Amino acid sequence: MNHDDYSSEYIRGILRSVKTIAMVGASANVVRPSYLVMKYLIDKGYIVIPVNPGLAGQYLLGQKVYALLAEIPVTIDMVDIFRNSEAAVAVTDEALALTVIPKVIWMQLSVRNDQAANKAEAMGVQVVMNRCPKMEYGKLSGEWAWVGGNSGVLSSKRQSLHANGRLQSLGLGASDVIAETTKSV
Amino acid sequence: MSNTPGFETLAIHAGAAPDSATGARITPIYQTTAFVFNDVQHASDLFALRAFGNIYTRIMNPTQSVLEAKVAALEGGTAALAVASGHAAQLLTFHAMMQPGDEFVAARQLYGGSINQFNHSFKSFGWHVVWADSEDVSSFEKAITTKTKAIFIESICNPGGRFTDIEAVAAIAKKAGIPLIVDNTLATPYLCNPIKHGANIVLHSLTKFMGGHGNSMGGVLVDAGNFDWSASGRYPLLSEPNASYHGMKLHETFGGIAFAIACRVLGLRDLGPSIAPLNSFLILTGMETLALRMRKHCDNTVEVATWLSKHSKVAWVNYAGLANDKHYTLHQKYSPKGAGAVFTFGLKGGYDAGVKLVSDVKLLSHLANIGDTRSLIIHPSSTTHSQLSKDQQIQAGAGPDVVRLSIGIEDAKDIIADLEQGLG
Repeated sequence: MNHDDYSSEYIRGILRSVKTIAMVGASANVVRPSYLVMKYLIDKGYIVIPVNPGLAGQYLLGQKVYALLAEIPVTIDMVDIFRNSEAAVAVTDEALALTVIPKVIWMQLSVRNDQAANKAEAMGVQVVMNRCPKMEYGKLSGEWAWVGGNSGVLSSKRQSLHANGRLQSLGLGASDVIAETTKSV
Repeated sequence: MSNTPGFETLAIHAGAAPDSATGARITPIYQTTAFVFNDVQHASDLFALRAFGNIYTRIMNPTQSVLEAKVAALEGGTAALAVASGHAAQLLTFHAMMQPGDEFVAARQLYGGSINQFNHSFKSFGWHVVWADSEDVSSFEKAITTKTKAIFIESICNPGGRFTDIEAVAAIAKKAGIPLIVDNTLATPYLCNPIKHGANIVLHSLTKFMGGHGNSMGGVLVDAGNFDWSASGRYPLLSEPNASYHGMKLHETFGGIAFAIACRVLGLRDLGPSIAPLNSFLILTGMETLALRMRKHCDNTVEVATWLSKHSKVAWVNYAGLANDKHYTLHQKYSPKGAGAVFTFGLKGGYDAGVKLVSDVKLLSHLANIGDTRSLIIHPSSTTHSQLSKDQQIQAGAGPDVVRLSIGIEDAKDIIADLEQGLG
């Protein structure tokens, strides 16, 4: 499939279906993008399991850190790769070798590896590259406008408040938007 | 429904879903200074940029957010930041990229207010403008030094109505590894999209055609998301760890919206020129009819300019929408739907004839603004450009014989009748 542009329905479908996310390259540094994204996804109700050999055994945002994907004791719906484009091949191989193969391989903003993507897609895994799930969640929920962002999404339907019931937290509503493709930001 | 909404659809719907809390269909005026936190952790996350959300109206406000998202969509940018005026947008834009001793290159044909801001106030910050000629593209390249941080042009120059060859200037900026900033106030995104032609940042005075009704001050900066702020190491506010955010690197963290974020969380936070929620609301309402208005503005302007060009007391008319104008080709390339509604013409009677005309008109309003539904007239050398020397006035297209018109959306025959009696 074309990995330059994704329809908002494709991204929405992924973010609405996955529940458990393994984040490879999670960081304990509170100003690193991976930490910010992990924190945000947890606030949105996802279970995010950090993977980082250097931090294995420690706890990050209340979650135990694992050295390898294979060590995670629960089924993973999505692997979010916070490594460089080259390293994405090995991480993808590792994911595809799991007993229960994840439904989605997601490579972060600026990370793209078409070889890895082809392998994953050949095994029926959905792939997103060069995107940030926090940003994409923000675009689809409407929170993106709070930073003046152009979400590329139009709708005459009310934005959904997130089920967590907190102030200033929007959720991913039904897919009744008129949408452009989402651009890489 | 088409997958890529048209301009008119975006102008109405972009950023403006029904209110999530109340279902209000029109964007409410959030007339509040601050927003309560869920808890201490939420407050901390908002202040540390870990969560999206509103804190304080000096930095953001939900009415303002809709305006920003709409302008960003219309310009084809990644994000926007709305502020108190076009001047404030310029201040925050340069604040994010300039350090004392730095230079930027700007077209000397700019709006007189910008010339003043750059020549005088910016100098006290140690930011030095170097002037180039928008009609001689090579002059931009010649003006670039190792200290140059940006190039600044207007898509259509105010008041001269001249067009700038945006792509040619963008190529010079790209070669030098610096961003091109384009003030698109006179064209609006309906007529011209500078980002499609290589601009990295687009600015507007929203006070003009965007709001369009002469009732609210506002400005905006649009991040095109197409400039690498970390490549050269010359934009440390974006590329280096920021001490006021615990060492966060804004470009690394926010990618293609990093510039708009930096202008908000550093410039707007610390310098404070925020837009009032009511002004955001009024400008939003105006923007819904931007396409309709711009079409009528441009149609009327062609009629008025054509009529003036044949008048015995008129020495010349500078309007790129006239087929014999020297900027007609650039207009056809950059804004084929119209050449805008602001232009100048010269009176054979010079300064005194200009003063007489602005005094004798009865329908046109004599005032220092443009982009209103009403037709407006001004004699720049006695008003907006009076602080400049005569040479500077002539260079800026505002010599003693020059009259500037901003044509409104009244019936064109009434505008022409008023000019006719005023010239008589």
